[in-house]
Amino acid sequence: MTATSAPRAVDFEPVRVDRVHARLTRPSLSYWQDAWLRLERNRRAFYSMYLIVGLLAFTVAGPWLWPIDPADQDLDQVSEPPGADRTVRVIDAYAPWAGASLAQAERLDAPLALAEPPTTQAVRLVWKPIAGAHGYHVYRNIFAPDPRYGLGLPVGAIESAVVVFFEDRLDLAPRRYWYAVVALDADGNEHGPAISTEARVERVITPYQAVQRGLVAAEADARLGATLELPLHPLGTDYLGRDMLARLMHGARVSLFIGLVAPALYVLLGIFYGSVAGFLAGRTDQLLMRFADFVVALPFLLFMILFKIAFGIGPGESGIFPMLVALVLLGWPTTARLVRGQILQIREEGYIGASRLLGASTSYLVLRHMIPNTLGVVLVTLTFAVPSAIFTEAFLSFIGMGVAPPTPSWGSMCNEGIKTMLSHPHELIFPALFISLTVLAFNLLGDGLRDALDARMRSRE
Amino acid sequence: MLRYALKRLLQGLVTVWFIATATFFAMHAVPGDPLSNEKATTAQIRQNLLAKYGLDRPWYTQYGIYLRNMSQGDFGISFTQQNRSVNDIIRQHFPVSATLGILSIVFAGIGGVLWGALTALYRNRLPDVVIMFLVILGISVPSFVFAALGQLGLVQLNEIVGRTVLPVAGWGSVAHMLVPALVLGLGTMAFLTRLMRSSMLEVLNADYIRTARSKGLPSTRIFLKHELRNASLPVVTVLGPAIATITTGGFVVELVFAIPGLGRYFVQAVQQLDYTVIMGTTVFYGAFLVLMVIVVDIVYGFIDPRVRLE
Repeated sequence: MTATSAPRAVDFEPVRVDRVHARLTRPSLSYWQDAWLRLERNRRAFYSMYLIVGLLAFTVAGPWLWPIDPADQDLDQVSEPPGADRTVRVIDAYAPWAGASLAQAERLDAPLALAEPPTTQAVRLVWKPIAGAHGYHVYRNIFAPDPRYGLGLPVGAIESAVVVFFEDRLDLAPRRYWYAVVALDADGNEHGPAISTEARVERVITPYQAVQRGLVAAEADARLGATLELPLHPLGTDYLGRDMLARLMHGARVSLFIGLVAPALYVLLGIFYGSVAGFLAGRTDQLLMRFADFVVALPFLLFMILFKIAFGIGPGESGIFPMLVALVLLGWPTTARLVRGQILQIREEGYIGASRLLGASTSYLVLRHMIPNTLGVVLVTLTFAVPSAIFTEAFLSFIGMGVAPPTPSWGSMCNEGIKTMLSHPHELIFPALFISLTVLAFNLLGDGLRDALDARMRSRE
Repeated sequence: MLRYALKRLLQGLVTVWFIATATFFAMHAVPGDPLSNEKATTAQIRQNLLAKYGLDRPWYTQYGIYLRNMSQGDFGISFTQQNRSVNDIIRQHFPVSATLGILSIVFAGIGGVLWGALTALYRNRLPDVVIMFLVILGISVPSFVFAALGQLGLVQLNEIVGRTVLPVAGWGSVAHMLVPALVLGLGTMAFLTRLMRSSMLEVLNADYIRTARSKGLPSTRIFLKHELRNASLPVVTVLGPAIATITTGGFVVELVFAIPGLGRYFVQAVQQLDYTVIMGTTVFYGAFLVLMVIVVDIVYGFIDPRVRLE
């Protein structure tokens, strides 16, 4: 062996530390920092985040700013749309009406007239006697009478030819009504054309009621003829006179609670189940995943309903808990499958082998490497699970299997609103709008998160 | 091929058994029994009734009877409707739900493929922006709102024309089906449009499209034969789950439009705690959905030769 073949210390030149070989032109970013930057650039996703924060604030802080009990009924303002006239005139207590004589009725200008200005206390009608009539039927309608649709609600049947007046005190609302009177023949059948008139009913209140409703302190304060203001309902009231804004705030608690907590719980369960299956692999994995496949095959909504019945609703309970349990029991397999797939993939990665060589324990590998590396995908699933949970709640409440009344939820409010959507559309529009906005926000956020977090999806759009 | 189909069917059978078992135990966990709502019964009558329905026996005996009856296709007799077996109810009302479902799948499929292709062709231009906005709306608005709006639209339409162009509710003719089916399919259509758009964007950049263009093929031919056909493959894969969404979504539409489908009966049975109807319908729907997924998978094997069935 010659001395020249062996490397000597003088053959080497020490590398100078200050020599620059490569310079990072941009600061290095972690996965999460990078994702955040991408998300920030996605305007839609970012606005959705503001919207979600706003909705949460609406739910949590709203009831403090608007401390109206959602179960309180304002009977003076039933099914009022937002911005409705809130004035009310004070009048004397109800006094019986003697009606009108035939002679008085004959002197009328119109075939059917209002004896007095119509108020919510009473509407008093007088009509010219119709020749040959043996009696009259009185109808009230909220639309202009149209022969195709009938005359409306029958409010009175008069079996005498000399009674040509009628007093309507049936559940009057401050709105336009059309009254129609039809003559009856000797057999009591309707005969001949209807005469009709329009009545714009004014909202009135007696001093006694004004004190009861808390509008004035004492009866003496309510001067007859004075106008008072009824309580404000910014978004109107529902069919029982309950404040829509307060109900939407409280309803949001149910909808968002179910929408956020249920997915969070079942995603956690899914992570646990999936990582166990993925890590144990082999036969256990097969068995566990087979079971997950079964659960996926269960018809979701049918079983939601079954579980809701099975867990029962005791008296005084609102039924949120059974819904939560049912959602968690049925929701986990999707996440479990996803996490398992990811774990199986990550298991084979070089850094896992390296970590294992360095003596890392199994639990360390799972907790430090595997679960954090699946988090991106899981977060995306979670965001998309929120809208579906909100939809499920709304669906169940809509078919009457959701939260029990009087607890409001957006779904049950829609269910109530849909029945009167033609005459009071605001009762359907507001809850539907809130559901749609929430779902929209989570969908857009989910899209943004997927683009930001899921490297495989980045190339597409 | 045949082996694959048989294997999938066998697996499906096991799944159906699981669904039946889960249904049985879920219903068993319900507090009370089917007769606890009945009034004016003496203890003796109650006992006799329990014995008649086998409800006084231990759960495993009941489970055995239940499985035997189910395997023979006998779902029992309704507890609340006189002289009606669950089989009768299914036989009578399932065809209605199925017709509605098929029609809405057709709407959703055709609409999704066409809109999706359109958005991809006009990527980032006005039609794309407008359609994708509608798609987001379609995904975010609950089906009952669409149903309500659809009905409102029908009322307005009939009002404007002055006669009943399309009936607002009910069942019986094709005119009754159109709007409910469309409403029912909207959510799925929105979902399919999104899927089709991304799949179409991928296809548009594929080499075989460039080849076809360079060969000088007319663009309509490229669109129909090359792009549309290849891009709609992923749409077929999700049709199985889509059928599930549409069948259950049918509940709401059936309620709103007063359609005598199975979904409406199910909701009614749930409200009246009609045990046999609930169990029978759940198992029936479960089996139906399992079958649909298998059928879609097998069909997919035919359509896409790259997928090998084994």
